[in-house]
Amino acid sequence: MERNLMKGNEALAEAAIRAGCKCFFGYPITPQTEISAYLAKNMAKSGGVFLQAESEVAAINMVLGAASTGVRAMTSSSSPGVSLKSEGVSYIAGSDLPCVIINVQRGGPGLGGIQPSQADYWQATRALGHGDYQLLVYAPSSVQEMVDKVTLAFDMADKYRMPAMILADGLLGQMMEPVTFPEKKTEFVEKPWATTGHGGKREHNIVNSLYLNPALLEKSIRDRFERYAEIKANHTEAELYLTEDADVVVTAYGATARVAKSAVNLARAEGIKAGLFRPITLWPFPEKEINEAVKNAKVILDVEMSMGQMIEDVKLATNCSKPVEFYGRTGGVIPTPAEVLEQIKKCAAK
Amino acid sequence: MNYDILLAGFGGQGILFAGKILAYSGLMADKEVSWLPSYGPEMRGGTCNCSVCISEQPIGSPLVVNPNVLVVMNTPSLEKFIDKVQPGGIVIVDSSMVDIKVERTDVKVCYVPATELTTGDPQLKGGANIILIGKLLAETKMFTEEIFKKALEKVVPPKKAFLIDNNLKAIKIGMEYNC
Amino acid sequence: MAVVFERPKSLVDIPTHYCPGCTHGIIHRLVCEVIDEMGIEGDTIGVCPVGCSVMAYDYFGCDMIEAAHGRAPATATGVKRAMPEKMVFTYQGDGDLAAIGTAETVHAATRGENIVVIFVNNTIYGMTGGQMAPTTLPGQVTQTTPYGRDPQVQGYPVRMCEMLSTLDGVALAQRVAVNSVPHIREAKKAIRKAFENAKNGLGFSIVEILSSCPTNWGMTPIDALKRIDDEMIPYYPLGVYKDKTAEEGNK
Repeated sequence: MERNLMKGNEALAEAAIRAGCKCFFGYPITPQTEISAYLAKNMAKSGGVFLQAESEVAAINMVLGAASTGVRAMTSSSSPGVSLKSEGVSYIAGSDLPCVIINVQRGGPGLGGIQPSQADYWQATRALGHGDYQLLVYAPSSVQEMVDKVTLAFDMADKYRMPAMILADGLLGQMMEPVTFPEKKTEFVEKPWATTGHGGKREHNIVNSLYLNPALLEKSIRDRFERYAEIKANHTEAELYLTEDADVVVTAYGATARVAKSAVNLARAEGIKAGLFRPITLWPFPEKEINEAVKNAKVILDVEMSMGQMIEDVKLATNCSKPVEFYGRTGGVIPTPAEVLEQIKKCAAK
Repeated sequence: MNYDILLAGFGGQGILFAGKILAYSGLMADKEVSWLPSYGPEMRGGTCNCSVCISEQPIGSPLVVNPNVLVVMNTPSLEKFIDKVQPGGIVIVDSSMVDIKVERTDVKVCYVPATELTTGDPQLKGGANIILIGKLLAETKMFTEEIFKKALEKVVPPKKAFLIDNNLKAIKIGMEYNC
Repeated sequence: MAVVFERPKSLVDIPTHYCPGCTHGIIHRLVCEVIDEMGIEGDTIGVCPVGCSVMAYDYFGCDMIEAAHGRAPATATGVKRAMPEKMVFTYQGDGDLAAIGTAETVHAATRGENIVVIFVNNTIYGMTGGQMAPTTLPGQVTQTTPYGRDPQVQGYPVRMCEMLSTLDGVALAQRVAVNSVPHIREAKKAIRKAFENAKNGLGFSIVEILSSCPTNWGMTPIDALKRIDDEMIPYYPLGVYKDKTAEEGNK
């Protein structure tokens, strides 16, 4: 298969088209803008719709409308814009609609900065909008994974009737790497619930998240959480790198995991038994996999481009069975392999 | 050989393009490659840099902090990055744009008056970046000219095919320049 | 015996939750009559607001979507762009359309989305129990303007049809009322025209309907209908503010 050199944002956009995304609604914001620009240029060629909305709020509600008709719909933004989408995402979850949301993270809070960051981990895994629900969250770590995970995200969103998010960051969005587009067939499912016009052939369909009767609302949420349980049981993903004999297991996701992997290699070259655990699904967090990864570890070193958000999941998933140290850079500062190596050495010396 | 390359200069000097052509050359040579631009508020004439990694192994961090190859096209960039270069590294300087000399003795420095070399030849307009890449290829033997040409053909859109010849001319000047 | 009046087929035969004397019922019926007359129930997708008509998805027989507060025009845009051949309408109140959803309304209008917007203006937030709306009249007492709306404090009401009529994407901007038989007939014609416009791809059509809220106005239904004539129409004059079909006819 031919290798192409593409920016993460553009590769993701191309993959979305290939995955059968028919409608994209977005609003410009750095560092995700290439996604919109690419789709503006190429969406119509594949018979799809690209529309620049008047706001992030409008964009996500356009996604809600398009997804209601059963087509594959997507929006993308960066951190402050994703906050604006949170209302719509909650409604989409409450209406059991599939869609894909991209967050190419930048520094925050507020307007923050535009350099790479991972400070939206909590937002993605805990609190993107009100109510009892989860997003399926994928954290790619390479341009190739941007492609692979957006394809998977569409399939999983359809299968489980829920929003799925690609949680990337400015580094992954902006960098170019070789990438191939697999000839994987996407798994289209029937959507008998879609509001396509009943044509007089069935009862009218209603896409809705309102349940004034608490018992009915509770039931709708419990039904949803049964699907979540199925995802938790069957669809977690993680990469384990040199963890089998590792004394120090570094936990990191996304772009940070690349830095951490370099640091692990440097540590190994110095005779330190280091390994890397990289969650690919952030929700659900890969519990089985992390416990496998740290079973022989003396200490866990959690590394993030934030002030320590994923560390909570690391501690919860391992039931605090090992000491967990933390190293983070934030505000758009990218940690270097040398910095992480320093931390690995400190951990190894304990 | 693993190359951690940092290219830096003003926006508009073709820093990102020079990085791109190196990355594509790596792709053509079946290496692992990454390319990462600095990005900021869009501004013509602002400072600009990009990281290119070319390796036999999968690339970890694409951000080059300690380059073994530094290509600079303005004085602030040289001042900013010269101390970061790995000992034994190579530094290619557009000496038409940079008015200071490197004091370090543990790196190899090539001063190429690339911008001056382009004056008077419309074919070379804006080709200083590629002249510097030519010098880099001559010094490191990173890629053959053939690979570079294949990369050019991949990067340059068919509508602008004339640019291929222009770039090949620039690369030759850089390769043959003795400093 | 000849049937002279019956429930439109596309209006679901269940009791509504609207208060006695509320004119939402009339407006629902008019919309459904138009849908029936045009024979488009099976090809229509409606979008409901947040407000008193939040549960209108149960009453309209076509496929329905419940939007977030104020976002119905954006949601309808998504539906229409995904399925351009279908009829798409929103049904919105004044808080939904002219306060929290102003941006969505204005931009759907200026894009010329081929959708129909049924805008019910009763100068008050009904569902939450009678607070100030963007269309509340100066001097009008509500829960949140207990001394009457003071333009020096709360500003002035919004006239949506007038505002939207300046936009090129708008095919029809018309204000009607449903407080008398002649007004109801006029309202029906406007709604029909709006649906025809969407069918013909002429752009965004909004029909603003002056409506009553006896409960939150603290009036009898009859007095409430009278208030529309006495207080609302003077501030919100009925009429056609923009009509692309008429402009083309004049040319």
